[in-house]
Amino acid sequence: MTSALQRWRAWLWVMPGLALLLVFVYYPVVENIRLSFYSWDAFSPNPIFVGLDNYDTAIGDPVFWTALGNNIAFAVVSLVFQVGLALVLATLLEEVVHQRLRGWLRTIYFIPAAMSITVAGILFSFMYNPQIGLLNRFLGLVGLDSWKHAWLGEENTAIWSIIAMSQWQSIGYTAVLFVVAIQRIPRDYYEAARLDGAGPIRTFLMITVPLVREMTTLLVILTISGAFLVFNEVMVMTAGGPDNSSQVLGTWLYRNAFFQDDMGYAAAIATVIFVITFTIAALQLAISRRRRVEV
Amino acid sequence: MTKLVYETVDAEAPAGPPDRAPLRQRSPLVLVLTVIGKLLVWGLLAGLVVAIIYPLLWMVLSGFKTNQEVFGDPFGLPGALRWENYQTAWDQGVFKYFGNSVIVTVVSVLTTTLVSAWAAYGLTRLDLPLNQGVLLVILGGLMLAPTVALVPLFRLLQSLELFNTYWALIILYTAFRVPFTTFLIRAYMIDLPMELDEAAKMDGASTQQIFWRIILPLCRPILVSAALLQALFAWNEFVFALSFISDDARKTLPVGLLAMQSRLTTDWPVVFAALSIAAAPMIILFLVGQRQFLRGLTEGVGK
Repeated sequence: MTSALQRWRAWLWVMPGLALLLVFVYYPVVENIRLSFYSWDAFSPNPIFVGLDNYDTAIGDPVFWTALGNNIAFAVVSLVFQVGLALVLATLLEEVVHQRLRGWLRTIYFIPAAMSITVAGILFSFMYNPQIGLLNRFLGLVGLDSWKHAWLGEENTAIWSIIAMSQWQSIGYTAVLFVVAIQRIPRDYYEAARLDGAGPIRTFLMITVPLVREMTTLLVILTISGAFLVFNEVMVMTAGGPDNSSQVLGTWLYRNAFFQDDMGYAAAIATVIFVITFTIAALQLAISRRRRVEV
Repeated sequence: MTKLVYETVDAEAPAGPPDRAPLRQRSPLVLVLTVIGKLLVWGLLAGLVVAIIYPLLWMVLSGFKTNQEVFGDPFGLPGALRWENYQTAWDQGVFKYFGNSVIVTVVSVLTTTLVSAWAAYGLTRLDLPLNQGVLLVILGGLMLAPTVALVPLFRLLQSLELFNTYWALIILYTAFRVPFTTFLIRAYMIDLPMELDEAAKMDGASTQQIFWRIILPLCRPILVSAALLQALFAWNEFVFALSFISDDARKTLPVGLLAMQSRLTTDWPVVFAALSIAAAPMIILFLVGQRQFLRGLTEGVGK
C-alpha cells in the first residue's frame, strides 16, 4: 500500500508539465471543436447552438476557398524549395564545397531562420515597395521594366511575393537539417559508388536520396503542415489584402475572430485547419511506424 | 534497409573501368557539360549568399540614411553614419518592446526548461505509474498548433484574468513548448546510466537531491540547446503576442515593430534601424551558440 503510494509520488515531477498541457493546449483544441457549432460574439456571453451553420458559411464563403487555395500554393512551392532544392543545396555543401568554406556558407544560409518573421516580413515589404524597393529598381537596371509590379499591392502577385519571402527565410534551415542527415551516411557508400564509376548525379540519386529518406519524410510532413498553419508572413506583409486575395486560413480565422466578431465561424475555420494538420501528422506516424516494422 | 540499398548499388555496377577517366580523355561535350555544371553549382551557392546578405546589409545601411537617400538612391551608401536614427528608433518604442521581449523570453526559457526537465526526469529515471500514457499525452502536444486554439484561449485567458498580461505569453510559451523540450531532454537523459541514481540512493540521497545535484548538471549540454531554441521561439513568437496583448506598453518586439511601422510611415530610416536592432540579438546568439543550436535542432528532428 505504502509502496504504491510511494510510486505515485513520482507524478509530482510530471504534474506541472501535464497540467499546463491539459489546460492550455488540449482543452482549447477540444473546446474549439465544440465552439465551432455555436454562434456568439465578444459581447454576447452565451453562445447559441447553431449546428453546422458555421461550416455552411465556410462552404459558401469565396474567401475561405481563396485562403485554402493559397495554403495549398504555399505547400507546393515550399515542398519544391524547402525539401527539393534544400536537399540539392545540402548535397552541394557536403560534396562540392571545401570544408573551410562549408562552415561559412552553412552559417550564412541559416541566418534568416534566426530572424523573426516580422523583421523579415517588414524588410521584404520594403524590398517589394514600388518606390524604394530593390526588386523593381533591379528589374529596371536589367531592362525588364515591363516586369515591374506593386508586388504586395496587386491581387495577382501578393500571395506569391509572400511565398517567395518565406522560401528565403526557411531554405537554409531545412538545408542544414539535410546536411546533418547526409553526414550520417557512412562514407563507404560514396567510396563504393565512386569505384563503380558513378557520376555525381547518379551518386546523388542512388545513394543520397534513398539514405536521407527518413529526414525527407519528416520535412515533407513539417513543410505541409507548416503551410496550412502559416499566419505571420501574411499578417505582417499584407494582412490578407488586397481585397482578401492573399488571405490564408490562419489570417482569415484571425480576422473573423477579432475584427468581424464572428467567433463561431473562426472556430469552424480553426477546426478545418486542425483536421488537415492532424491528418498529416497521423499519416507521418503511420508511415514511420510501418517503416520501423519493415526494418 | 540501408544494407539493401548498398547491395543494389553494388550489383548494378558494371565491371567497367574502376577509376574515373582523366578529364583530357573525355569528349569535348562532356567537358562543356562539366564546366556548365560547375558554373550552375557555384552560381547557385554564391547567388544564395548574395540573396541573403544583401537585404540584411541594405536594412542596416538604410538605417543610417536620410529619408531622401532612402527614396532617391536605395542602392547607394548612406551619406553619413547617422546613429541618431538608431537612437530615435530606440526611444520611439524599441526600448519598451525590447524590454518586454526580454522579460517574456527570459522567464519562459526558465519555466519551459525547468518544467520539461522535471517531466523528463519523472519519465526516464523514476518508476512512474502509467509512464506510457504520460509520454503519449506530452508528445501528442507536438501535433497541436497555436492557431487552432486561438478562439478558446482568448476566452480562457479572459476568464482567468490573464488577458493582456506578461503571464499570458509566458504561460502559453511554456505550455506549447513543453512537448518539444521534454522530448529533447528526455532523449538525452535516457542515455545516462541508471547506476548513477542507484549509487546516490545508496549514499542516502533523496529523489530531489539526485535530480538537482546529479542528473541536472549532467544534462547541461542539452539544457543549453533547449534554452537557446526556446529563446529563439519566444523572442520571435507572433500569433499569441498579437492576439493576447492589447496594451502597447506590454507589446513584445515582433508586434511592436508592426505598430512602429504603421506609426512611422514618414520616417523609414528609423523603421530600418528598428528592424536592425530587433534582429541583432538572435543572430548574434545564433552565431555564438551555433553548435548548441544545431545539436538541439538535430536531436529534435533526428530521433
